[in-house]
Formats: sequence, C-alpha cells, structure tokens
Amino acid sequence: MLRENQRRFKFDWITIILFLLLVGFGYLNILSASHDGDIANYFDTSQLYGKQLIFIGLTFVLIIIILSFEAKFYERFASIIYLGALLALLGLFIFGKEINGARSWYGIGSMTLQPSEFAKFATALAVGKYISDLQTNMQTLKDQLRVVAIIFVPALFILLQNDAGSTIVYLAFFFVLYREGLQQIYLVMGLSLIVLAILGLKFGVLITALLATSILIISFFLRKKKKRESIFQYILVLLVAVGFSYGVKLFYEHGLKAHQQNRISLWLRLEKDPVKLERMKKAEAYNLIQSEQAISSGGLVGKGFLQGTRTTGKFVPEQETDYIFSTVGEEWGFLGSSIVVLLFVFLIIRILYLAEAQKSQFSRVYGYGVASILFVHFTINIGMVMGLIPTVGIPLPFFSYGGSGLWGFTILLFIFVKLDSNKINEW
Amino acid sequence: MRKLLLLTTVLLVGLVFIGRLFYLQVYGGYDYNVYEDNAIRKVYNYPKRGYVYDRNGKLLVANQPSYDVMVIPREVEPMDSLEINEFCQLLKITREDYDKKLERATNYSPRLSSPFVSQLSKSDYAVLQEKMRKYEGFYIQKRSLRSYQTTIGANVLGDIGEVNRGIIAKQPYYRLGDLIGKQGIEQTYEKTLRGVKGIKFIQKDRFNKDIEPFKEGKLDTLPVPGKDITITIDAKLQAYGELLMTNKRGGIIAIEPSSGEILAMISGPSYNPNLLVGRDRSKNFSKLYNDSIAKPLFDRGLQAMYPPGSPFKTLNALVALQEGVVTEDERFSCSLGYRYGNRKMGCHAHRSPVNMNTGVSQSCNAYFANVYRRIIDKYDSPAEGMDNWSKHIKSFGLGNYLNNDLSVGQPGKVPSAETYDRGYGKNRWYTTFTISNAIGQGEVLATPIQLANMAAAIGNRGYYYTPHIIKNIEGEIIPLKFTTPKRTTIDKEHFEPVVQGMFDVYNKGTAEMLRVKGIDICGKTGTAENFAIIDSVKTQLTDHSIFVAFAPKDNPKIAIAVFVENGYFGSRFAGRMASLMIEYYIRGEITRKDMESFVLRYSLEHEYQKPFSGEPFGINRQTTLEAISEEEYQKLMRLKAEIPKL
Repeated sequence: MLRENQRRFKFDWITIILFLLLVGFGYLNILSASHDGDIANYFDTSQLYGKQLIFIGLTFVLIIIILSFEAKFYERFASIIYLGALLALLGLFIFGKEINGARSWYGIGSMTLQPSEFAKFATALAVGKYISDLQTNMQTLKDQLRVVAIIFVPALFILLQNDAGSTIVYLAFFFVLYREGLQQIYLVMGLSLIVLAILGLKFGVLITALLATSILIISFFLRKKKKRESIFQYILVLLVAVGFSYGVKLFYEHGLKAHQQNRISLWLRLEKDPVKLERMKKAEAYNLIQSEQAISSGGLVGKGFLQGTRTTGKFVPEQETDYIFSTVGEEWGFLGSSIVVLLFVFLIIRILYLAEAQKSQFSRVYGYGVASILFVHFTINIGMVMGLIPTVGIPLPFFSYGGSGLWGFTILLFIFVKLDSNKINEW
Repeated sequence: MRKLLLLTTVLLVGLVFIGRLFYLQVYGGYDYNVYEDNAIRKVYNYPKRGYVYDRNGKLLVANQPSYDVMVIPREVEPMDSLEINEFCQLLKITREDYDKKLERATNYSPRLSSPFVSQLSKSDYAVLQEKMRKYEGFYIQKRSLRSYQTTIGANVLGDIGEVNRGIIAKQPYYRLGDLIGKQGIEQTYEKTLRGVKGIKFIQKDRFNKDIEPFKEGKLDTLPVPGKDITITIDAKLQAYGELLMTNKRGGIIAIEPSSGEILAMISGPSYNPNLLVGRDRSKNFSKLYNDSIAKPLFDRGLQAMYPPGSPFKTLNALVALQEGVVTEDERFSCSLGYRYGNRKMGCHAHRSPVNMNTGVSQSCNAYFANVYRRIIDKYDSPAEGMDNWSKHIKSFGLGNYLNNDLSVGQPGKVPSAETYDRGYGKNRWYTTFTISNAIGQGEVLATPIQLANMAAAIGNRGYYYTPHIIKNIEGEIIPLKFTTPKRTTIDKEHFEPVVQGMFDVYNKGTAEMLRVKGIDICGKTGTAENFAIIDSVKTQLTDHSIFVAFAPKDNPKIAIAVFVENGYFGSRFAGRMASLMIEYYIRGEITRKDMESFVLRYSLEHEYQKPFSGEPFGINRQTTLEAISEEEYQKLMRLKAEIPKL
C-alpha cells in the first residue's frame, strides 16, 4: 500500500525543474521588459510584472488541482473537455472581445481569458483519445480524415476569429500523426508542398515548373522498370505541383492581407525596389529590426539584468509578450539566450523520451502532442524574434507575459506529468 | 524511424537558433558602446573656454554663446515637403541645402549626431527653440564661440573651428561639431583653454522621450572649465606694429631679452580675427587661405626664412673674438670689396681700412670676409673649421626649431661641413666656396623670430631664453624650458666690441638717420636679395629690408627683428619701423614723427604688383616710393589714436 502511494507521487522531476526554470527566468525578463523606473512593489497589480506574479501563483494552485485528479480522468473525459473547448471557442463569436483585430478573448471584469490557449491541450487529449481507441486504424483514410477533422475544427474557429498565428500551431499535430503511423508519402508531400510554395514565390511559377519537371524526369528513369508508375501519374503529379505553386502565388497576391503579404515578402526578400522596401520595413519590420538590434547589442554576456538600454527604453514593442526573447538576448547575451534555447530543447526531448516510454497509447499520443505544440511555439516564436521566419504572433511558452498562455501551457504539460506518473499502474 | 523525426527536428532547430544567436551577438562583432547606443541620449555640457589676456591684463579673447542645430539621421521622422520648407525657412537654408546636409550627415553616420546648421545667431535660435520639438532627430547644441575684444593679433591669437574627421580619428575626445583651436595660441594651448566637456547619459524610450538617467547617472561627468591664460604680448605694441606694417608685407618680432617673452609678433598683411568667428568662418577662411599672393595666413614673423644678410655679421665678429683669430683693433682694408682668386665680393664706399667697430657700423663686406676666412682656416681642414663655426652659430638658436609654444615655425638653416660635402664632395671645397656666409648670404637662412632672439642673446651678452608667448596659466607654472637661460658658446667679455659696433650703427653708421633721442639703441641693417620665377625666368626683385636691434644698450628691455619684403635697403623701412617700435615700447609715445609718417605714408603695394603686372620693371635703385592718399593716411592716424585706449 505504501509502495503504491510512493508510486503515485513519482512525478518526473526533471520536467518539473525545467518548467520551473523557464517560468522563473521568464518572470525576471517580464520584470525587465515591463518595469517603469523603480520597482516599488513586486506585487503591484497595476504593473504587468505584478500581474504575472499572481498568474504564476495561481499556476501552482492549478498544478495541484491537475495532479490531484486520477490519471484516468483525463482519458475518460477527453471528449467532454474537447467539446467544452469547442463551445468556448464558438462562444467567442457571440461574447468575444476584440483585441488587436482578433476576437479571441472573453472579458471577465478587467481580466481577459483566451480560450484558444486552452483548446490546444483539449485537442491533444481528443487526438490521443481517438487514436488510442482500439477501433481506430491510422492506416485507413477514413480514420485519418476523422483525426484531421478533430484537429481542423478548433483550428478553423480560431482562424475565423482572426488569430492566424494560433491556427498555425495546429500543424504541430502532424508530428503526432506521423509518429502514430501516417504514411511516409504524407511527409514527402508535406515537405514538397512547402518547397514548392517557397520556390514558386521566390523564383516564379515557370522556374518552379521547370525544376519540378526535371526532378520528375530524373526520378522516372531512376525507378526500376517493373516498379515504375505509368507516365500519366507523373504528369498528374507535375500538374498538381505546378497548379499548387501557381495557387500559392495567387493566394499570396490576392488572398493575403497586406501586412501578411509584406511579412512574407520581407522574409523571402521578394521586394527589389529600395523605396518600397524601405517603406515596407518601416511598416512591417519595425518590431523585427528593434528586436534584432536588442538581441545583437547583448553581445556575449549581455548588459545585465534590468540594464538593457533598449529594453528599459521600450524600443521593442510587445516585448513582454511575443518578443520576450529579445529581452533575454539584450540583458543576458549569447550565454543566457543559448541557455534558454537549450532549456527548451531539453524539455521537449525529455517529454519525447517520456512519451516513448508510456505504456498506454493515449499517454504516448498526448505526450507527443505536448512536445509538438511546445516545439512549434518555440520554433516560431524564437525564429520570428531573430528574423529567421516571417512574423507570426504567438507566445513563447512559460516565458511570455499573460495568464491564459501560462495556464494553457501549464495544464498541457502537467496533464502529461500526471499521465506519466501513472505509467507504472498501466498494464 | 518514425520516432526520430521530431527529435532530430528539435535538435536541428536548437542548433540553428544557437548558430543564429552566435551570428547576431558574437560573430557580428557587436561591441557594445554606450556612445553608439541610440537608446541613450548623450547630452554634452561644454565648459567655458579660457579667456586670453595680454601682458598688461587687457582682455583679448572672451566667449559668446552659439547654438548649433544637430541631427541624428536615423531618428529623423519623414516630413512632407511643406514641413521641410517651413523648417528650412527657420534655419535660413534652401531645400537643396537641406537634402545635401542630411545626406552628408547620413554618410558620416546614421547613428551619431552631426552638425546640421552651425552657429545660429541668437535671434534665429530664439525663434527655432520654440518649434524644435516638432522636428524629431534634430536638436540644438549650445556651444561657446570666441568673441575677440580686439581687431589685432589674428596670427597670435589664432581661431577655433569645427574639428574635422581626421582629428576625430586621432583624438576620440572630439566629436563632430566640436570646436578646436586651429591656429595661434588657440591651437598650442587648446587643452588648457578648452577644459573638459561634461556628459550626461539619459535613457530614452522609443518615442525619443527621456526617461531616466542611464545607470543612475554613474557614468555622467561634470564639465571642467577651461583655464584663463595671460600671454606675453603687449597689445599696444602689437597694435602699433600692425599699424606700421599696413600696406607692407613682412614680419616684426619683439622680445623681452631678460625673459624671452614675445612682446609683439606681427605678420603683414594681417586680418581681423573676428572674420574667423561664427557662421562665416569657413567662407572667410577659404578666402584668406586661397590668397596665394598676399598669403595672409602665412606668418612671416615665424615661418618666412630669408638669408639674414648683414645682421648676421655680428655673429661672425663674436665667433672670431671667441676663437681668438682677430682682435677688436685689427684692421682690414676694403677697396669697394673683397677679392679672392679672380672673384670679388662687392662693398659700398666707406673709409678704409676698418677695425671691428667700423666693420660692424659700416657693415663692411671685406672686413667680414677676412674675419670669416680666419675663423674657418684656423683649423687644418675647412670641414673642421666649418663645423666649429656652425656650432657657435647654432648656439644662438639659429638653424633649428626654437621648440617653443607657437603653433608654427621654421628651423632656418646653418650650414655645416656636411652641407658642402654633399654639394661638392668630401674635401673638395675650400673656405672661399662658402665666403657668402661671412655676410649672411649663401647657405644661411633665418626667420625673423630667430633674428630677434639672436639680438636678445647679443643684448644679454651671451644667453637667451627660448622666445615664448605664455606668461601665466591660471594655477599652473609655465614650463621650465622657458625660464631656464640658454648659454651661447661665446664668452661674455667678447660682446662689448660688437655691442659697441651695433651702437655705432646708430651713432655714425648705416642707421645714423634713425636715432631716437634719449634711447641708446644698438642695431644692424641688412638687405637680402631675392628672386621670383616669372614666366619660368628667374627674376631678381627689390631687396628685402632687414633690421635687427635691441635697446637700451645695457640691460635691454626689447630686442627686435623687422623684415619688410621688397623694402629695399635695411634702414629704409625695417630700420625705421624697428626704431619706432623701440621708442613706442620704451617711451610709450613717438618723438620721431617724421619717421612715423614716412612709414605710414609710403606703401609697398605697387612693388608687390610688379611681378604680376606682366611688364618689365625696375628694382632697388630704380624703384620709387608711392604714397597713399591723404584720406587713407588720416585713417591710419586715427587708428593710431585709438591704440592707447586698448
């Protein structure tokens, strides 16, 4: 009996310590990015750093609640939680509050809550539940479509609420599906489409078509005669490829909003006219330029905690939320920033490692979902702040200011910690 | 395999991120420099530049406030053309100027501030100050400009101007738009006068608004005010000298022999130092700089090297006595010159034979040719004799830089054996080859200040103080090198015959006409032949008029050298001017009004036009004196009347 109890509390402390380090370090950087002059009271709730401290405090309450539920609860109620999340997202269309053009918030008094932050773990639970169902066979198109539908519905709602950034996060589930048996061809197709899209935009449809043709011809002749598909299949693939590339081009030119178009244009360096480029940079790349400058000016060891000149001067807009990493860059330098990157990498790998060690498929799929979501956030956010990928506004998990985000990620992570702690009991 | 996709992707992304961080933060060589951080406003506080007083405590240079509009190109907000035009009107510049200035500033550095419009007038500043907030990226920097309390001494006082990029590269203290001493004492005493500017670092936000002192003001510094200095110049004497030099070109240097203090330092033509203040400075400076004929920026008292001519003979007499090769009573004959081999060095008509006293007072060439040969031929080889002679001459401060506190100078030239070895080959020359040195021609060159110093050394009977211009620096001792006497190689007792000879120049010699009652002046006239290249033909011009003097004979108060370009014989202009300066300094007024009116009335401008007239012209004996108009003369007299008020 005693043994049983001990086992029940066998949480993965490595994960928890990594979590605590990220939240703690994140708080210090929020303090830097949001303070005005002297800090009289760390709990001053009129200041962002004061609020964040309260959010962090509540996080611990949340953790205790999550860990005190039976592990089985999450699997059993996965569908209900998912439906709840969908309802919360739907409700936004009626009760939602619009901030910065996105209708993603519920206003409760002076507080706001962003249901899309909570929809992620709900979706991960639902995906886990569906895939781990004995009747599900991921090799069949029917089940594949159903899983995709589970993922697609909340993503669609979020997209309709004008939060394109959060929508992209749902692509993370590709990693989960692939792990659970999605055919190789989807990976190849997915990568091909990304390459086609980029080539089409950068070099034009014609060159892309020529490239695609030559690659297909080469692969046609490399293929053994017996296994070779009919020539019509090749032509079909080519047509689809060219059509897709053209479609992306059309979509880029007519389907995107001007600011989205500019961001992609800046990223792929499509604009050649220096005057327009300058104007575009002024309009779209201001954040990025400021953020890169802040990071660069940190040098090897940074300017020191609360000593960042660009942070103190609030040169980087949104610095306590999406651009929090630039504070790390300026005040903690290359050493501090690398440590943050490594902490994230360790955390994600640790979760992956634990996920693979799960005995129940539900736990494994859910764990994979957690790792994938964290990974996509980490990659897009830091990649954006350093100018490696186009600007997409999503937060850095555990780091960025905001209650919804912090709680969403905490729930996401600690459900997995709970599931993992229960693996001994799973037979 | 399927397990590895996400794992490898995560590792890859981590690697790429760290690589990118390395590129941005370490490889980019981003060396954090608070001066280049545009998040930190640097507010400079320029200290008061030290004042300059003359030896009698008369204020010569003070300050006046000035306002520069500075620009930090990167922070300039785009304006529509209406706004720009309004701004241009406030600044009193054209739209093209605006674009050009902005481009230049951007080319220098988009991050650092550059002067946009320098030195606004007070009224322009008042109007602009109200509206400055509207123009982001521009701000007003207060500085202090010079305010000259006088119109004299441009070459002495010098001026201050904006530093150029070359100076900034060498001396990082300066920033674009800072002012630095460019000539004269402003240059040599730059650090003393300038003080140290203070700086405040202020944290800005992205709206360019000041938030708080950066690092609680730990890096801020207070300005250290510049120190006042007193210079050795006597403003009245300087003014009088400049008046005498009107319509002439040349230099006058007056030194107090007992201290080496420079009493006056005149270079003609001169200019009003106020021309080089404020917004018109660069325009006026180029005008002066580009005047390649009159060369007003060329300090003739310090930089012009001429053959010293006859005044140099006094040194040969001293060397001969020191070497014991003649006695003061020994006589040499002169029949309109000195013959050596089949050549002859001419002389003017005077009684013969002559002893040392007459040799000096009558400036007899033959006498000094004999004396000079004895000096050199005392030794076994002319080389040895030449080097020994050279050593004596150099001990009078000739042939090398004086190493003093003036911004410009020239070493002059005193030949040694090596000079002739190089020209003729070792041991392939004889004393007669160098005979011109006997009379201060040939290879000898000296600047007026060196000649004045030579006169001081003779007046002191064997020593001099390095001529200098600093008298007093607030709370500092002036350098030891200016207060330590330098001894010549000639013993004191050998000076009397030479001094007496120079005294007799005034009593019965070549400057008899220039005597001033009641003052015992010792002097020596001189002329120097000179040539110009006109249409690639070497053409002789009218001789330069030279005069060297000191007075009184015993315990001299003033030693002086005067040089007047193309003034013909020594006593004509230079001698008169030297006598007038001496009387003015010692007596405070002029009794020889005739001499004064001669100098003031006659101009040499026509003489200076000759080489440019394109027509044949006569020199020396064939020259005539040209008087200025009565009106102009009266103007000069009025200027003279102003001097005592200085």
